[in-house]
Amino acid sequence: MAKQRGAIVVDIERCKGCELCIEACPTSVLRMERKVNGKGYHFAYMENPGDCTGCINCAIVCPDGVISVYRVKVEV
Amino acid sequence: MKKEFRLLKGNEAVAEAAIRAGADAYFGYPITPQSEVLEYLMLEKPEERTGMVVLQAESELAAINMVFGAAGAGRRVITSSSSPGISLFQEGISYIASAELPCVIVNVVRGGPGLGTIQPSQADYFQATKGGGHGDYHMLVLAPAFVQEMADFVPLGFKLAFKYRTPVMILTDGLIGQMMEKVELFEQIPRATEFDQDWVATGKTPDRERNIITSLDLQADQMEKRNHRLQAKYKKMQEEEVRFEEIACEDAEYLMVAYGSSARICQKTVQLARDRGIKAGLLRPITLYPFPSNYLQAKAETVKGILSVEMNAGQMIEDVRLAVNGKIPVEHYGRFGGMVHSPNEVMEAFEEKIVKP
Amino acid sequence: MSIHVKSMDVKDIIKEENLVYRKSPLMTDNVLSYCPGCGHGTVHNIIAEVIEELGIQSNTIGVAPVGCSVLAYEFIHIDWLQAAHGRAPAVATGLKRVMPDKYIFTYQGDGDLAAIGTNETIHVCNRGEHITIIFINNGIYGMTGGQMAPTTLEGMVSSTSPYGRDVSTMGNPIKITELVAQLPGTYYVTRQAVHKPGNVRKTKKAIRKAFENQELKKGVSFVEVVSNCNSGWKMTPVKANKWMEENMFVFYPLGDIKVDGELVK
Repeated sequence: MAKQRGAIVVDIERCKGCELCIEACPTSVLRMERKVNGKGYHFAYMENPGDCTGCINCAIVCPDGVISVYRVKVEV
Repeated sequence: MKKEFRLLKGNEAVAEAAIRAGADAYFGYPITPQSEVLEYLMLEKPEERTGMVVLQAESELAAINMVFGAAGAGRRVITSSSSPGISLFQEGISYIASAELPCVIVNVVRGGPGLGTIQPSQADYFQATKGGGHGDYHMLVLAPAFVQEMADFVPLGFKLAFKYRTPVMILTDGLIGQMMEKVELFEQIPRATEFDQDWVATGKTPDRERNIITSLDLQADQMEKRNHRLQAKYKKMQEEEVRFEEIACEDAEYLMVAYGSSARICQKTVQLARDRGIKAGLLRPITLYPFPSNYLQAKAETVKGILSVEMNAGQMIEDVRLAVNGKIPVEHYGRFGGMVHSPNEVMEAFEEKIVKP
Repeated sequence: MSIHVKSMDVKDIIKEENLVYRKSPLMTDNVLSYCPGCGHGTVHNIIAEVIEELGIQSNTIGVAPVGCSVLAYEFIHIDWLQAAHGRAPAVATGLKRVMPDKYIFTYQGDGDLAAIGTNETIHVCNRGEHITIIFINNGIYGMTGGQMAPTTLEGMVSSTSPYGRDVSTMGNPIKITELVAQLPGTYYVTRQAVHKPGNVRKTKKAIRKAFENQELKKGVSFVEVVSNCNSGWKMTPVKANKWMEENMFVFYPLGDIKVDGELVK
């Protein structure tokens, strides 16, 4: 059985902390970082990276295009 | 090559000249007394003659912004209207001037203000030469006095518009627009096939940077820079583009200054004055912006007085006075609100205001 | 292989060969000037993706409006013209008429398209210019500070309707998209949103179709995107999207209104 594993990279300095990615994630991978970036915004990060399937939902709703998504197929 | 002569209205001459000048597009909206421009173009099917686009817009606001669009693609674009319509153009002209786009705008002036009248007037001088819309800008303004010049100033207008990347206005009036005269037509100039890739918005190709046509600089220092660039252009125009005609000016003791229709009338007044033994001359500015200020400044050394004869309440007189800088008396005469002065009326005013005092 | 899926190291996944999504390379590096959570950026990226996928960068010219997206030209890597307030359809007409084979689109907000530019909007649609209009409707004037727009809902609070829009004195919100769909010059008219992944995908499909339609030369393709203005509405982005679903979508229902020149029943 093949399963997808994903991971995202957030362009931290361009993230505006709108949290739309968190809403969009079906597996509740994302949280907002307590720290802020250079502009003073909290930014998204993977709190539960093991649950990321690389579905890209977070990335396509991100108005600022700060999320890149990577995905691999894993044989279980 | 056999010369081609036609009997044409001034408005028709503009339209025919637009096709022959290789214009790519005309966008306009009907208004008296210039509707013949659009009518003539529609009748002539320029899309078949040269491929030129002619479109009747839904308003002058739309027309001038269609001009903005097509000019942004580097095309030769022309439009025409009359005073109230030109007022509606002003927003677009300000954007065109700021975005540094070339185009030719014909104003067949009628009496104002407001809806005014449909008779000829020169009351849009301020609007044409001082900017008209918001911001620090000028158009290069050409003032034809004959139907021949209505035709000839179209290709000249395009040439200057592209040389300076600026809107050029042909400032005429209902008299010349409606008048029929013999016109020698110039040969067909081909439409351009290549466009200056340094600035046109025709699609970003891999071999060049993308082009953005905008009048916006949110950073004030950038906007100041843009303004400096515009001012440098206007300075260059003042140095290189001043055009005027002298009529009996050489030995003149008294001068009239008049353009367009008023200059035609004053030509007769010069004759009347000479018949009475008055050494009168006429300066006819052909470019109203840039204005022949240096000529008048020099002339103030030799003439005793100047009458600015305009079909308005006194607008160009301000430029004449600035040029002579108080050295000699400068007075105004003119009928307005759609009325046209006669050579005799001008003669009386000339004697009373300039020659006698 | 017997790697435990969950324990796989993120570092082993984040490799260039595993990349499945990144914002369009046709988006410039300029930081978007929009507020956090604003739909403009999402729509910009969709347009950039469509232009990239259709391979029409060198044949596409955008017309930017006045409003929050006045600087749209800073963000998508194509040639642009920036139009006066409301006049983008006229500017697009000028461009399209002299370059009939280029892809011309306008990008306009509701104040620009449905108030000051209504005349240009109606007539460009009625003439059936073969252009694409992207219309962002957030029911408010965002850039000038949240004033009432032609699309502001009844009762909706804005800085110029501080007690809510009273339609008896302030007029009714206008459904300009339904209006232009009635005109013979429109070929494709649709209303979409970009607040959720599914909506983003639908909007992308719509915008792609709206660009492809230009090749058919059958008239205007008009894509409305109902969007939030969380700054203007004074809500968090997430709350604004919820409010939009509960209020905006009721008055501005999503879906196709006209497809291939036929009104959708």
